[in-house]
Amino acid sequence: MLEIRNLHARVADKEILRGLDLTVKAGEVHAVMGPNGSGKSTLAHVLAGRPGYTVTAGEVLYRGQNLLEMSPEQRAREGVFLAFQYPVEIAGVSNVYFLKAALNAIRKHRGQSELDAIDFLALVKDKARVVELDEALVKRPVNEGFSGGEKKRNEIFQMAILDPRLAVLDETDSGLDIDALQVVARGVNQLRNHERAMIVVTHYQRLLNYIVPDFVHVLMDGRIVKSGGKEMALDLEARGYSWLEKEPAGAAR
Amino acid sequence: MSSEVTSIQELANKEYSAGFVTDIESESIAPGLDEDVIRLISSKKGEPEFLLEWRLKAYRHWLTMTEPTWSSVRYPKIDYQSIVYYSAPKQKKDGPKSLDEVDPKLLETYEKLGIPLRERAKLAGVAVDAVFDSVSVATTFKGKLEEVGVIFCSFSEAVRTHPELVKKYLGSVVPVTDNFFAALNSAVFSDGSFCFIPKGVKCPMELSTYFRINSANTGQFERTLIIAEEGASVSYLEGCTAPIRDENQLHAAVVELVALDDAQIKYSTVQNWYPGDKDGKGGIYNFVTKRGKCLGKNSRISWTQVETGSAITWKYPSCLLIGDNSIGEFYSVAVANNWQQADTGTKMIHIGKNTRSTIVSKGISAGHGQNSYRGLVRVGKGADGARNYSQCDSLLLGDQCGAHTFPYIDVQNSSAQMEHEASTSKIGEDQIFYFQQRGISAEDAVNMIVNGFCKEVFKELPMEFAVEAQKLLGVSLEGSVG
Repeated sequence: MLEIRNLHARVADKEILRGLDLTVKAGEVHAVMGPNGSGKSTLAHVLAGRPGYTVTAGEVLYRGQNLLEMSPEQRAREGVFLAFQYPVEIAGVSNVYFLKAALNAIRKHRGQSELDAIDFLALVKDKARVVELDEALVKRPVNEGFSGGEKKRNEIFQMAILDPRLAVLDETDSGLDIDALQVVARGVNQLRNHERAMIVVTHYQRLLNYIVPDFVHVLMDGRIVKSGGKEMALDLEARGYSWLEKEPAGAAR
Repeated sequence: MSSEVTSIQELANKEYSAGFVTDIESESIAPGLDEDVIRLISSKKGEPEFLLEWRLKAYRHWLTMTEPTWSSVRYPKIDYQSIVYYSAPKQKKDGPKSLDEVDPKLLETYEKLGIPLRERAKLAGVAVDAVFDSVSVATTFKGKLEEVGVIFCSFSEAVRTHPELVKKYLGSVVPVTDNFFAALNSAVFSDGSFCFIPKGVKCPMELSTYFRINSANTGQFERTLIIAEEGASVSYLEGCTAPIRDENQLHAAVVELVALDDAQIKYSTVQNWYPGDKDGKGGIYNFVTKRGKCLGKNSRISWTQVETGSAITWKYPSCLLIGDNSIGEFYSVAVANNWQQADTGTKMIHIGKNTRSTIVSKGISAGHGQNSYRGLVRVGKGADGARNYSQCDSLLLGDQCGAHTFPYIDVQNSSAQMEHEASTSKIGEDQIFYFQQRGISAEDAVNMIVNGFCKEVFKELPMEFAVEAQKLLGVSLEGSVG
């Protein structure tokens, strides 16, 4: 599904990613962990094509295509979804109107017919249940006046509606209390299937108690320095990240 | 992002689709202004003596006035002696009696603009008066309106056929001495529309005037007068376009509305004069005085404007709330893109008791555009129980543009209730990216945000024009994402 090879990327004049490799197959959930400033969010944004993030070397193949050549909206229409760490508020545009435009843009790209209002609202009702999103929020302007937890839930709700092939969750756990975290995780788990791949970016192991990954990667200084199974997350929780810096590894330096 | 801003900004050099010139022989007088020019205009139109005297009075007063400088718009000094004050498509004898006699080139021009005048193709349910440079070329559905007693014709025709009404109401809302541009208009106005809705009549269709400037170096000075008698009601819409020219052209119109007891006038404008190019070259200088008088009790005047064109917009459609329980409303969307400047707003003057006013202003700035809301709400000593609600919202696209708000409030009666809300927001890169990440293009994202922002105003427009306005706004802001 996704092959990242020797990816280098900079933001402004600062090189953040320095030779990152990662392979993700359909149906897999990969957790990317690492200390602050290690490049986790940069990876998420580079995959989504955010302006201001410049790729200086390396390649990213997504379903056999060069992802880096695609515009952000093309990537989205091809099934790449980013759940934002800080979802923006959009005044005057209702959540439901926004999502309908998004879904229909994606469906059009896939050669499917646009959903009419009735079918769309049925879908909304169905998916709102998955993340226990208050239906009143669906009619409100996008994220406007939403609490932190509601915003994160709204991201997963959008993911449920848009049905992506590759979902990148950028610190979806940040700012959530334990109840909200469980709701979000339940939503994400319901969306796991053998066709969909997920990259879960997180600082803390906590989220991984609820979204159990197939693989865990540690990102430091813009590179994956260690990869392992789900048990590695617990190890990191206990020992922190600093011991990895001292580890003499061909992978690291 | 800076390189992307530039490339997106380049897209903003949208085609101005109404920018063509009609090749038609016209009869123009020499540029310049003096009393002889005014006499000439008046005699060309075969006007009665009272009107000539009225014009001369305005002109003499204008000479004593200076151009106002209090607004936020900046432009090179206008040379009033280089402007042509009268230009009309050449026509045989007395002017066309029916559409068959109208020059086909003129009919084509309006067709190209989407305003078919020919009988068969006429807009259903909308009567149109088409004004080309200084004269009205055609008015549709006149006969049908006459059946219910509604007079809808060009101003010149009204002077000939209903001089008593013109004499009674002309200048009764905007006196000749009102302001520099209104005085100039009063001296040289050439044509415009006249509507009279008699007592108790609900006008059976929308009335509209389509203004077109065609000739170069010509000023357009139209005059519109709408009178709704007791219990009458009317919805009126005007549209405006002009060819693309490098020189700036002056448009100084005056619109007067009079509403008697229980009468209602809804006046909507979709202004799309040529805005100038991306470097700010050319475009219309739009200096307009619009005012409505709620003279009778329970009367209501509602202004709705969508201002997307013009290099400079200077206009403040206002309401004098004289009758008790009268209502004034102002709903506005103003766009300033590229180098456009807009200084617009309203005045709500509360004089009668229990008068109410509502102001909803939405300013959109993009490119190097500067957008100012300037408004006055005044409550006089005797205006017991007056209420006003004002809302001024600004939306910025990019970081080279500006939004300014100048709300003046002058309350002389302690029973008044005033509410004022204001907001400024910016369409940021973050928002655009959020849309894109969900599969929506940047262009569509801006459209969705802008339309959401303008919703409250668009819903005040007649249905078919709301759709038009939405499209126009989309074109005006195309690519101006920063």
